[in-house]
Amino acid sequence: MDQQHIRNFSIIAHIDHGKSTLADRILQLTETVSAREMRDQLLDSMDLERERGITIKAQAVRVQWKGHELNLIDTPGHVDFTYEVSRSLQACEGALLVVDAAQGIEAQTLANAYLAIENNLEIVPVVNKIDLPQADPERAAAEVADLIGEDPERVLPISAKTGQGVEAVLDAIVERIPTPHGDPGTPARALIFDSSYDQYRGVVAFVRVVDGVLRPREWLRTMALGTRFEAQEIGFMSPGNRPVKELTAGEVGYVITGLKDVSELRVGDTLTTDKHGALEPLPGYKDVKPMVFAGLFPTDSDDYPELRDALEKLKLNDAALFYEPETSQALGFGFRCGFLGLLHMEIVRERLEREFDLDLLVTAPNVAYRVKPVNGEWVEVHTPADLPDAFDEVEEPYIKASIIVPKEYVGTVMELNNDRRGKFDHLEYLSPERVHLTYELPLAEIVLDYYDQLKSRTRGYASFDYDVAGFRAGNLARVDILVGSEPVDALSLIVHRDFAYERGKALVEKLREEIPRQMFDVAIQAAIGARIIARETVKARRKDVLAKCYGGDITRKRKLLEKQKAGKKRMKSVGGVEVPQEAFLAVLNLNESAKR
Amino acid sequence: MSSASHLYVHLPFCSSRCGYCDFVTVVGRAGEHGRYVDALLAELELERALLAPRPETVYLGGGTPTLTDAGAFERLLAALPEAAEVTVEANPETVTDELARLLSRNRVNRVSIGAQTFNSALLEVLERRARPDDVRRAVHRVRDAGIDNISLDLIYGIPGQGPSDLARDLAEALALEPEHISAYELEAKPGTRFTHAHGAELERQAAAMESYFEHVVETLTAAGYRWYETANFCRRGIRDLRARHNLGYWLGHDYLGIGVGAVSTIENRRWRNAPSLARYVAALSGGARPPREHEELAPPVRDAERLMLGLRLDEPLSVAGLEGTLDQSELERLTRGGLVTREEGSLLLTRRGRFLGGGVTARLLA
Repeated sequence: MDQQHIRNFSIIAHIDHGKSTLADRILQLTETVSAREMRDQLLDSMDLERERGITIKAQAVRVQWKGHELNLIDTPGHVDFTYEVSRSLQACEGALLVVDAAQGIEAQTLANAYLAIENNLEIVPVVNKIDLPQADPERAAAEVADLIGEDPERVLPISAKTGQGVEAVLDAIVERIPTPHGDPGTPARALIFDSSYDQYRGVVAFVRVVDGVLRPREWLRTMALGTRFEAQEIGFMSPGNRPVKELTAGEVGYVITGLKDVSELRVGDTLTTDKHGALEPLPGYKDVKPMVFAGLFPTDSDDYPELRDALEKLKLNDAALFYEPETSQALGFGFRCGFLGLLHMEIVRERLEREFDLDLLVTAPNVAYRVKPVNGEWVEVHTPADLPDAFDEVEEPYIKASIIVPKEYVGTVMELNNDRRGKFDHLEYLSPERVHLTYELPLAEIVLDYYDQLKSRTRGYASFDYDVAGFRAGNLARVDILVGSEPVDALSLIVHRDFAYERGKALVEKLREEIPRQMFDVAIQAAIGARIIARETVKARRKDVLAKCYGGDITRKRKLLEKQKAGKKRMKSVGGVEVPQEAFLAVLNLNESAKR
Repeated sequence: MSSASHLYVHLPFCSSRCGYCDFVTVVGRAGEHGRYVDALLAELELERALLAPRPETVYLGGGTPTLTDAGAFERLLAALPEAAEVTVEANPETVTDELARLLSRNRVNRVSIGAQTFNSALLEVLERRARPDDVRRAVHRVRDAGIDNISLDLIYGIPGQGPSDLARDLAEALALEPEHISAYELEAKPGTRFTHAHGAELERQAAAMESYFEHVVETLTAAGYRWYETANFCRRGIRDLRARHNLGYWLGHDYLGIGVGAVSTIENRRWRNAPSLARYVAALSGGARPPREHEELAPPVRDAERLMLGLRLDEPLSVAGLEGTLDQSELERLTRGGLVTREEGSLLLTRRGRFLGGGVTARLLA
């Protein structure tokens, strides 16, 4: 197809604003799928996606409309996948910006709209759900138009549910979105905007051909990583795989690579021919690094091999997932896992528990730290216990938070952010009622319960999004928890020195409640280095006997003791102290007042 | 097969069932006592080979053995083998002068009286029929009949029982100068009518009750009693006043139990007679053994029991042969923590260790 008749576009929207429904309607109207094949949210193939109403893995579908070839490139809909979103957007010339007519603009809408603008995309604004009784299409249209500097008249009112106005959207895609303008005659350059793993055919790359031509049976190479492979098949999805003889400049499709490891193919990398390939890769490739870490331990230590196999399988389809074996003296053998963010962590955990039927203990999440030990080189630390006692400098990741909230909650949000070491950046009225706030915050202050706090303090009205803003120096210290004078690695935490005392105190108090009384007094201490900053004692039990034991009930009493013994085996023993697994989550449950 | 030196005889009859009780008991049925005694003697005859010709101890427990029809009861006592210690459990209100003399002339030389408490209100909570004066009278009647080994059962931790109530109970018991005292914390067994009625109150006083056990031990040892088993005390002196029958259990000896619900343990076999009175009597009147539940005691199980039972006593437990049963690292830790002492192939719990005996044993079991 010549580039004049190709349009490549994405749909960007806040969660639940109707992206998937609109995509379904487009597939139907263009007769890409028959009504019989139609299934709600066709593009979201994972159960979890359909349930949560979010798209985790992007895909691309080709549809035909009035003699044009339209490629819909789906984007992951969440903050954790900003980089993946930006690569998907880079593969397009335009984007539909969908806003719920009742809700208006949300933080995620903004984040993605800015990404689209940064990528020089033509934005086609759409106000969805105009059929709802509470819809206010004029207000929503005004907000969107104002956001992207567009005439409100050009905002398309639709109902993806009923199909009303969707044909006009397809027409607008053809009319407003620019055609691709690559050079088919130069060496091939294709942007990898997503990949997946097929258990029979290996790694599949989803690409946008920018220049030149890709053909099957040709040896290809990724320019950043240098991975070489022979293309087994190339084609496009509509929505099933349709193999073709070539993909030319401007087109979107897939390449079956035959590779067995998704980590050999990175999103954002450029694909070219191995011989006579391009000299310059496409711009924008980044090696995405996990920012949030947590230890994953099987509740039953016998499940360790199953957990390892499950992580291996997840990793096949999720290049962003990082894991390495971790041994905790308290929790045994497990894995330290790195995630792009909190939702990513939650998704991985749920998939492990649901798809692999594993019972997991997930430690409180922490962020990555950069530390320069005394007279040493900078290193990255993924677990608080690994922070050396003495160091010259330490840095922690910061985020740029974007919060949209009704104006009456501005004060409460500011208070929350100040408590979390936030630095105010910007305040803007989107409408007389709604305010957009931006803050810089340490990521560490977000990972525990920030989102829950924000939601509860604003009665659910606030929407929140963030972008990682890089590492900054911090006045941080490692607080160790000692149970019976032995440090418990899994309970160490890194905190700002100003909060160290309060957090340490709150944690030992919480642990005193969680650790059952034992046969000896158990000291629970919080320490920075050798200095004890807080202490609590679990007093020893004074009585633990089976009152009566005669000939008639020896069997029953023996079984009682065996049960008592078995119960103890389920607890983790730290320095001879039995610590229930719940105690390791104590840091998650520190209440808000104790935290400050 | 070795023969048991300890014989237990179960007499299930009671005038009413106490709310906290979970023993096999039968209320009323006065007309059946004779036939039950026949059945008991039939079972004894069937199992005679398992019993030593002259056992060391005989113990008649219940139920309320002393509620059994006097004629049938005397027939039973006369037919039982002679033994160095013959104990009968008695409820205070059943101890008349006649009964005391009946016991005495049938070689009963030890009576265990279920006093429980000397507080009228608390006796009512326990649904006991006896009044405090019944207890005092019962002790004197037994003594007057010439029986010089009396044990009193006390229960503490009764709903509503304050620390001063407990102190008074102990003082009242000591005033009667019994040779032996058993003191049990009230066990509210799940599902009993009692737990249903008093569960909330028991939970409320649980924390305070932690100190009751200590108080019992302190008071009784200060009064010259030996704390020889977790819940049992005997007067110090020239005579060894420990309950020899029960000592047999705690030392892991074999025992034969006859009667409904009775348990026997001979070498590696344990069995429990079914709890149904009708089926018990029917089987034995036809010359057959009653329905039983059998349990095979593998060597590790017997070893675990030896440890569990032996550590209840105040004398060192020989651990020869028990090495495989003991968790050595726990033993090390408990020894360091001052809960266990070790010497020459034996183990002994310290005073504090005995207060925590259940937990200590659970840890020591490998």
